[in-house]
Amino acid sequence: MLPLIGIGVVVLGFALRLNGLLVVAAAAIATALAGGLDLVTAISAFGHAFNENRYVSITFLVLPAIGALERAGLQERARDMIEAMRAMTVSRIIVLYLLMRETAAAIGLTSLGGQAQMVRPLIAPMAEAAAEARLGTLSDETRQAVRAQAAAAENVGWFFGEDIFVALGSVLLIRGILEQNGILVQPLQLSLWSIPTAIAAFAIHATRIYVFEQRLKRETKLPEAETARS
Amino acid sequence: MIGLSAVYVFAGIVFVVITIFSALDRANPKRAVNALFWGLLAASFLFGDLLGDFGNGLLVLALAALAGFAGLGLGQPKTTDADERKRLAREFKNRLFVPALAIPAVTLIGSLTLKYASFSGRPLFDPAQVTLIALVLAVVASVALSRFMLRQPVIAALEEGRRLLDLVSWTALLPQMLASLGAVFALAGLGTAVGNLFTGLIPADSRFAAVAAYTIGMAVFTVIMGNGYAAFPVMTAAIGLPLIVTKFGGNPAIMSAIGMVSGFCGTLATPMAANFNLVPVALLGISDPYAVIKAQLPTAFLLLAFNTVLMDVLVFR
Repeated sequence: MLPLIGIGVVVLGFALRLNGLLVVAAAAIATALAGGLDLVTAISAFGHAFNENRYVSITFLVLPAIGALERAGLQERARDMIEAMRAMTVSRIIVLYLLMRETAAAIGLTSLGGQAQMVRPLIAPMAEAAAEARLGTLSDETRQAVRAQAAAAENVGWFFGEDIFVALGSVLLIRGILEQNGILVQPLQLSLWSIPTAIAAFAIHATRIYVFEQRLKRETKLPEAETARS
Repeated sequence: MIGLSAVYVFAGIVFVVITIFSALDRANPKRAVNALFWGLLAASFLFGDLLGDFGNGLLVLALAALAGFAGLGLGQPKTTDADERKRLAREFKNRLFVPALAIPAVTLIGSLTLKYASFSGRPLFDPAQVTLIALVLAVVASVALSRFMLRQPVIAALEEGRRLLDLVSWTALLPQMLASLGAVFALAGLGTAVGNLFTGLIPADSRFAAVAAYTIGMAVFTVIMGNGYAAFPVMTAAIGLPLIVTKFGGNPAIMSAIGMVSGFCGTLATPMAANFNLVPVALLGISDPYAVIKAQLPTAFLLLAFNTVLMDVLVFR
């Protein structure tokens, strides 16, 4: 049970909103020490894992490319485009992106998206512009809520679309683990049985985006109606 | 053969430039901390394999200490202001989308085709790393397109990269740190400990209880580890195979497919999946660190309930 101490450190650290890097480093050292390693070996184990996982941070190399485009007015162009399209609403933009992201991932095109590549430069400003076109100037709080919805759609679409494609990580992992236990499954079977959840994920999340938009409309119209009455 | 080490050298050079810009930025009162932080990251990319495990361990602890105790500041690179951006947007119009869409397009084409490139009969790129190599090529292509189509100097791209990186700040390193924590967890036998915990909780003769323990266990374990891939082998060995498949005769393909997506419901709900849930918060300038998780939480719960019922209906047919 002793290794569970690491989980305790993480939960407590995140709950107290301490610096995430400190929390994770403390959890790693505590777990290794509880597992019977001495301090030098514990630090080495964490250092080894850190070095092996450098590829995780490679995605941040897109930031210079995105930044250069922002400098040239990409976000403003995305907004202008949406303002010209009267039919575009917050829910239509985010649901459309959810659908596009999920379908693309389902056919193996997982790189068509990303928080840094698509959401920050394009989807979030488009959704904000659509909200502004309908509801007038947005409060900072509303603006942030719209952005959070754009980020959430990216995650939901990717996670539940990805499992449908036969040649991707999760399908191959499942197949490998089952094979180690003497069970052979066809990747196509695994893809097939991921489809109901993918459809449910789209239906549930799209409905929630629509509900979010209704709430936005109510909240922004309420103060106006009250001032009109008085 | 071009592989991961070439990608790391490229990343190292980019971070060296960002370190130099950070050190020279007089507008940032904490420029020394920023320069040290990004400089250590550059060192990790360039010399990580030479530092040894203990050296790398000290490097990580130094990064955590810098972020936690000294605190990073916000660099102030020269950039265009709001009016200028509006004017540029009207001038360039849809040309702006070309370098933007070149990133996913080149990444996609590269990850599909680079494995076939060869030089005098030997593969030119490491087939296992084509996606990361393609991403780097896509970034280079996009910066080049911005240079020639939109008059954005390469130096400006690097300065803009620093602006966004300072915005994300130490959160940028959290995904890599959490992946390392996962490795330490595995080393300490955390998986079996959690697996045993769950098996102790299930009533022995209920099919539905076994299914629910498996789907909920996948989600909970993913919340802890930040990754459904880490949860799957543990929960499948602890509950899935012995109970659902062997004892109650469930179909292993259906069980695994729905079990995995139940784990992803956990990914939607956890700060441990920092690259999905915390990095975008920083990237989008949202003040509540858990805003994206909150936007996803109801979807995660509803979908987990759906998965549990779905598995109970399908798996024992």
